[in-house]
Formats: sequence, C-alpha cells, structure tokens
Amino acid sequence: MKTTECLIVGAGPAGMRAAKRLLDVGAEVTLIDRSDMLGGQLTKQTHMFFGSEKQHASKRGIDIMQLMIDEITNHPKLTVINNATVVAMYKDRVVGYVIGEQYHRIQAKAIVLAAGASEKAIPFENNDLPGVYAAGAVQTLMNVYGVKPGHKVLMVGSGNIGLIVTYQLLQADVEVVKLIEAADSIGGYLVHASKIKRLGVDIETNMSVKRAIGKDEVEAAEIWRLDEAWQGIEGTEEIIDCDVICMAVGLAPLTELLQQMGAKIMYVRELGGNVPIIDKDHRTSIERVYACGDMAGIEEASSAMMTGEITGLSAALDLGHAVENYDQEVARLRQELANLRDGPHGEKIRQGLKKLGVLS
Amino acid sequence: MRIKEHPILGFKPRETIKFTFDGKTYQGLAGDTVASALHAAGVRKLSESIHRKRPRGFYCAIGNCASCNMIVNGAPNVRTCITPLEEGMDVRMQHGKGRVE
Ligand SMILES: Cc1cc2nc3c(=O)[nH]c(=O)nc-3n(C[C@H](O)[C@H](O)[C@H](O)COP(=O)(O)OP(=O)(O)OC[C@H]3O[C@@H](n4cnc5c(N)ncnc54)[C@H](O)[C@@H]3O)c2cc1C
Ligand code: FES
Repeated sequence: MKTTECLIVGAGPAGMRAAKRLLDVGAEVTLIDRSDMLGGQLTKQTHMFFGSEKQHASKRGIDIMQLMIDEITNHPKLTVINNATVVAMYKDRVVGYVIGEQYHRIQAKAIVLAAGASEKAIPFENNDLPGVYAAGAVQTLMNVYGVKPGHKVLMVGSGNIGLIVTYQLLQADVEVVKLIEAADSIGGYLVHASKIKRLGVDIETNMSVKRAIGKDEVEAAEIWRLDEAWQGIEGTEEIIDCDVICMAVGLAPLTELLQQMGAKIMYVRELGGNVPIIDKDHRTSIERVYACGDMAGIEEASSAMMTGEITGLSAALDLGHAVENYDQEVARLRQELANLRDGPHGEKIRQGLKKLGVLS
Repeated sequence: MRIKEHPILGFKPRETIKFTFDGKTYQGLAGDTVASALHAAGVRKLSESIHRKRPRGFYCAIGNCASCNMIVNGAPNVRTCITPLEEGMDVRMQHGKGRVE
C-alpha cells in the first residue's frame, strides 16, 4: 500500500491552499481529485470575484485558480493524483480511491478533507427529466467544455450563483427566459441582479416550478406563484417555453466520507446541512483528520482559501513540523476571515459557526 | 451546441475525437468528457431509470450524483460527466442497473 505524510482530498481553493502551507514547512503532500484538473469550482468561474481584496476580489475565478496552481505545481514534495475518486475512508487513515475501474489504497499520517459540496435539488413533477440541470453543471458545460446547455433557460434561484450563472449564459449567447425565486426578495448581491435586469432578464420573486413538461427531455416548464407559506397558488400557473431548467437552489457539504469514517457530524442549516464538528483549527473528531472549505460549511472561495490555510498550518503543527510564527499567522488569518464574515451577508455564516461552537 | 464566440474565454481549435454512441459514430473534441461530447451533439438522454424506465440526463456534471451513468467500453455505471472522451470509445445508453450484455 502507498503511504504519504499528508493526503489532501479535493484540489479546490481550500485543498490547494492547505497544500501550499504544508509544502512550505517541508511536509510531503499527496493531493487527490476526481477531476482531470486542479481548481475545483474555480475552473468554471469566469466572472470577477466578490470577496476581500487580499483574497483577489475583482480578479476572475479562473485567474485566481491559475495563481494557486502555479504556487504548488512542480514542488518536489507534492504528488498529484487526478481522475481519482475517493470512495472509502477508515479510522486508521487508510483511504480507498478508484481510477477508472482500478481500486487503490493509500495510508496517510494526516488527512485534510476539502471535497467541497454538492448542489441541492427541489421536488417538483418531472424534476428528473434530462434538461433539469444544476447551476454548477450548466456552468461547467459552458465554461470548461464550451458547450451550450440548451437554447432557452428558466433559472431557478436568485442567490449569487443563480445571478452569476444567468449572466454567464447570456455571455455564451443563450437566452434566459426568466429567473424565478421562491422567497419574497432577491437573495444575491443587488449589483449582480441589476446587471442581468439591464440585459433584459425578467426576475420574479414568490415563484417556483410546478412541473417540468416533456417526454424524453425538458420541452417547457410550468411555474406558479407561492403564498407566504411557500405553497403553490392554484390558478396562477404559467407555461414557460424553455429547454433547460437550471437549479441554483443551494449547496450541501459533502460529508459522506467523514460519516463513513465515524467522525462526529452535526446538522447546521445555516452552513448548508450536515457538517463535521470541528475545532477552531479545523480538526475533526478523528485524530489528524481535518476539514475545510465548503465541506466544513458553505461559504465562498475566499473563505475556502483561508480555512484551507489555517487547516494546512494546524496539520503541519500536529505532524511535528516547525511552523514559524504560527500564532501570528493563524491570528492574521482568523482576523481576515472575521472581516470577510462581517456585515449583513455574513450573518448566516456567523450564526452557523456559533451553533458549531467555533465562534463565540 | 458549441459556443462559437465568448467575451472572456477563448476556445482554441481542438482536435476531433471519434466515438460511438449506441453503435452510431459521433464526434467530440479533445478535452471533452463523454457527457459533454454527447450534449454538444444534442444527446441529452443518457440512461433509463431502474424501476420506472424514466429518461435520465446529467445533473451535477462534477461526479456527485451518478445521474449520468452509462456503459462505456462494456463497463456499466460509468459517471460519464467526469470520464475523459477517448478515440474509439464505445458508449451505450444504460437501461436500469446496467447489466453487462
Ligand atoms: C456559480 C458560482 C459562483 C461563485 N462565485 C464566487 C465568487 O464570486 N466569490 C467567491 O468567493 N466564491 C464564489 N463561489 C463559491 C466558491 O466557488 C466555492 O465556495 C469554493 O470553490 C469552495 O472551495 P473548496 O475548495 O471548498 O471546494 P471546491 O472548489 O468545490 O473543490 C472541491 C474539490 O474536491 C473534489 N472532490 C470532491 N469529492 C471528491 C472525492 N470523493 N474524491 C476526489 N476528489 C473529490 C472535487 O472534484 C473538487 O475539485 C461561487 C460558486 C459558484 C458555484
Ligand atoms: S452528472 Fe452527477 S455524477 Fe455525473
């Protein structure tokens, strides 16, 4: 069986930043990802980033990703395993992964989990028809593979992801017929909403999908108005001519692997669902197993980078590496995170972290 | 269904890759996954569900949900959204649990 000092699962911003910190102090790192590239969600983010200046706000996601990749590639102590999906994890830090049909195992002294999140769906009739796609899938198809998801899109969800993917659809010359939102107000930043409104996209709140229409794939959608209790109101139905229904209705942390390992998990709605119980330094309940990024609670790339760094530092310390200025570095990162989570948009995260007990 | 012009992304010309889907020849481009190549060719139905034989396409496109499972070179339950396309691949629609025929 292969061995490594520190195994990092997931090469998104969190995993790559954790890798950087570990490599910096001389640790030996194996970075594993199921995709054939590094970058995680950032591989498809062509828009200018929101977030703090220090974490590269107003640079494009794909450019920030390239900076992070350049920081670590060709490092003599880094091994990258691509196209490899981790499928099993055991308490003794043995990890099983598959490449194609082949099953492999690797044992690590420490494991950093940075596997990100999966996109949620909502129930409605025919929500399994081809053409009902998650927003991230639409984004991947367009921005990574250069393929249009369809011709006419109904966007569901007005958080930042729904707003941004709408804009990116327009950039790819795909029509967005309408954007609907179940709540009574737009969830994302108003700058993003104004931008797509100016481009002629109709945004309607208190609306949801009643059903998808089509035999083998989506040919239209039926939407309806919701009452205060989010129940559909009979008689308000409207048929939307579209071939894609794009779901931007939130993300849930990918905690199955940690559950499999027996780590303690807690349901925290504000953080997106089941999250691992961690301490301030991102240690889970299992010795030398850590969690960071979206997997430890849905936030954004800027915070994923910082929680990745904190995690890399604490793993380095636990592995016995001398970490220069550890206290100052961690204090600085915590302060930056606090700045990022400040204000009304950070309210939800702050509440969630309080429930988890990592924020007083 | 390829994007021809884009204000930010420059899609460079890419080599074509030939493969078959249910016996018919299709063309994808270097860098495609099996699912992206099929989608670009207008194929959105990738499998039929186990019990009620309902049509299924992909959902997450990043390997999370298994909604894109197909039979690739004889192997069932391959997540085609994260499987790089290769020259000569034999791709088939999966009916139900994907018994090897
Ligand atoms: C449309 C959209 C727009 C966004 N815009 C912004 C923005 O403007 N600013 C901002 O700060 N944030 C933004 N975000 C959020 C940001 O992209 C994410 O919060 C961030 O990427 C999370 O980083 P991560 O490293 O935790 O996870 P990810 O980036 O999701 O990376 C996780 C990695 O783990 C891999 N993985 C998962 N499971 C396994 C497994 N079992 N085996 C092997 N590998 C596995 C995945 O392939 C992936 O590469 C946006 C997100 C979306 C979807
Ligand atoms: S579409 Fe979700 S795994 Fe392929």
